[in-house]
Amino acid sequence: MTQRANLPLFDLYRTMRRIRSFEERVAELYVRGLSAGSMLHLSIGEEAAAAGVCAALRPADSFTTHHRGHGIFLARGADPKRMMAEIAGKAEGYCAGKGGSMHIADMALGHLGANAIVGGGIPHVVGAGLSYKHLGKDAVSVAFFGDGAMQQGILYESMNMAALWALPVLFVCVNNQYGMGTRVDRATRVTDFAARAGALGLLAESADGEDVTAVFSAAETLVAEARGGHPGFLAISCFRFFGHGRMDKSPYRSAEEEEAGRKRDPVLRARAALVTRGESDEAALDALDLAIAREMDDAIDFAAAAAPPAFDALFRDVFAPGEPAPEPLRARLDRVLAGA
Amino acid sequence: MDSDTHLSETTYRDALRRALDESMREDPRIIVIGEEVGRYGGAYGVTKDLIDKFGDARLIDTPISEPAIVGAAIGAAMTGLRPVAELMYVDFLGLVMDQLANQAAKIRYMFGGQIGVPMVLRTQGGTGRSAGAQHSQSLEGWVMHTPGLRLAMPATAADAYHLLRHALTLPDPVVFIEHKALYARKELVDFAAPVPPWGQAVIRRAGDDVCLVAYSRMVHVALAAAERLAERGITAEVIDLRTLNPLDMATVAASVARIGRAVVVSEGYLTAGVAAELAARISEECFDFLEDPVIRIAGEDVPIPVSPALEAAAVPDAALIVETVARMLG
Ligand SMILES: Cc1ncc(C[n+]2csc(CCOP(=O)(O)OP(=O)(O)O)c2C)c(N)n1
Ligand SMILES: [Mg+2]
Repeated sequence: MTQRANLPLFDLYRTMRRIRSFEERVAELYVRGLSAGSMLHLSIGEEAAAAGVCAALRPADSFTTHHRGHGIFLARGADPKRMMAEIAGKAEGYCAGKGGSMHIADMALGHLGANAIVGGGIPHVVGAGLSYKHLGKDAVSVAFFGDGAMQQGILYESMNMAALWALPVLFVCVNNQYGMGTRVDRATRVTDFAARAGALGLLAESADGEDVTAVFSAAETLVAEARGGHPGFLAISCFRFFGHGRMDKSPYRSAEEEEAGRKRDPVLRARAALVTRGESDEAALDALDLAIAREMDDAIDFAAAAAPPAFDALFRDVFAPGEPAPEPLRARLDRVLAGA
Repeated sequence: MDSDTHLSETTYRDALRRALDESMREDPRIIVIGEEVGRYGGAYGVTKDLIDKFGDARLIDTPISEPAIVGAAIGAAMTGLRPVAELMYVDFLGLVMDQLANQAAKIRYMFGGQIGVPMVLRTQGGTGRSAGAQHSQSLEGWVMHTPGLRLAMPATAADAYHLLRHALTLPDPVVFIEHKALYARKELVDFAAPVPPWGQAVIRRAGDDVCLVAYSRMVHVALAAAERLAERGITAEVIDLRTLNPLDMATVAASVARIGRAVVVSEGYLTAGVAAELAARISEECFDFLEDPVIRIAGEDVPIPVSPALEAAAVPDAALIVETVARMLG
């Protein structure tokens, strides 16, 4: 197996800082009443999973995410302006303002789609892997999902098929310890998720989601194996710093638990390591953080100024362009009432 | 609450909780099973604090495993319990349709009447929160299409209470679909007042020019339209169906036969939906009395977009009803 030169920690740090900074602005977008709804799931605390795994992917690779996927998409190279516009339900967003935070996608970047059905996007990577194998394409497809999806039957059907058919597929469980208000040990007796995947014949690893380098190196190995027809599974343990969605104040967990969880901060840990190792210094990192903050402020301004979708967009893209489209109710009523 | 008059200002959400609370006190066989129904109190707060009263043996938090939740409720119902399974969003019917339609709905019939499945599947649907294409649908048509399932869709807090109380006494599976935009709606409820029986529609507003047939949130939209039509000198009758199975065609047909004009209003998709079924029945049963075709005003045949402006445009509003009725009468 060929090992790439290790990615500099500085790059991984920058990716993680951009994710955190973006997510903080998503919270602001909501508070300012500019978001499309309140079902916005922040990935603060989970930055290493996004940055570490995406750094191991190549441009031709693809992925699907769960509903908490902003960070993964950013790590893949998404434009924060178009992301924020989508989260605000604006026409200039990635999905024309029709998908929103939970359904963001971009085929150009290999993002086969975020999903609001827990587990809904997992089998799509099996199909992508099947397609790459069938077409002789050198590409891997990665499913990102939460610990909650570990109890959905479709995951096991998908993992079994991927292993059985030796597909170029990787399953990545971002275990932030909670599915809404349910801590992972209240959802299952077996919290060693890698063991389950191993039992189905996948190459299964676990990584500490506080340590972005550890996530990256585990992902790098598993992605390379998947590329060679050995599908894998990676469980990344981290902590969901804030509530499930914007309305959730997490009354089901103690302040102590939150405090301890938030100490597992991959962004601060990488920052400290950069300084300790002499790979950067506080002043340079402060300047970087500030530049990122400005970039993300601009994303909010862009989203705020962007136009909402036009009314006729409602009927567009139900089917392919040029195919018969659904008849708008008003047009139908015009016809019917004219005849009456 | 005033204990003498039983009159109290109640939200739809609190009325549902009260129904569960009282029914659970009366019937120890009732359990509630679903995601976040216990400690969290339900994604929309309906089961809040019930776990403190009834404990975690009766308010059962589950993993995210919808087919098994509904399937387990079926098995429990067949063996002595009366489960209330909660599906957080009606959109997740996609995951549980086998258990609901192929199992729960058919068990009594396939097994020659030996056993029934006395369970309630509580869920909520509809638009109003920019929750996007997979969390905003009105899928009652899928349920109504399936023989063997009862279907209740309350529009008011009083009905939320009474229909749920009744559902918890029925011998067969009941799908109980709440509307996410109604949970916080408050009204003065007299819990002791006599209520129309299960399966009977009610006339929410009387009128002579057009009959608006609706259920769930669309009852309020139809009432708002009726109010505006009244300003133009048009009187609209508004019927709230309350349950779609059983379906009270007698009330609807009597009203339409008298008035001669009907508009059916539904938030669900237009094509092959609840509105289509209602329009067909009215056309068949009231043909000789109709002065106009029965008009369906229903959800556009598109997925629900997240953008707030488009989301609102995807489902009927009062303005469209007013405009349509005015044209029918014009
Ligand atoms: C099939 C399905 N069931 C339930 C839900 C409601 N829901 C949305 S997110 C969530 C928790 C998911 O937990 P996890 O998979 O750990 O992801 P996290 O939110 O922690 O990132 C639940 C129950 C859903 N969207 N889809
Ligand atoms: Mg989780």
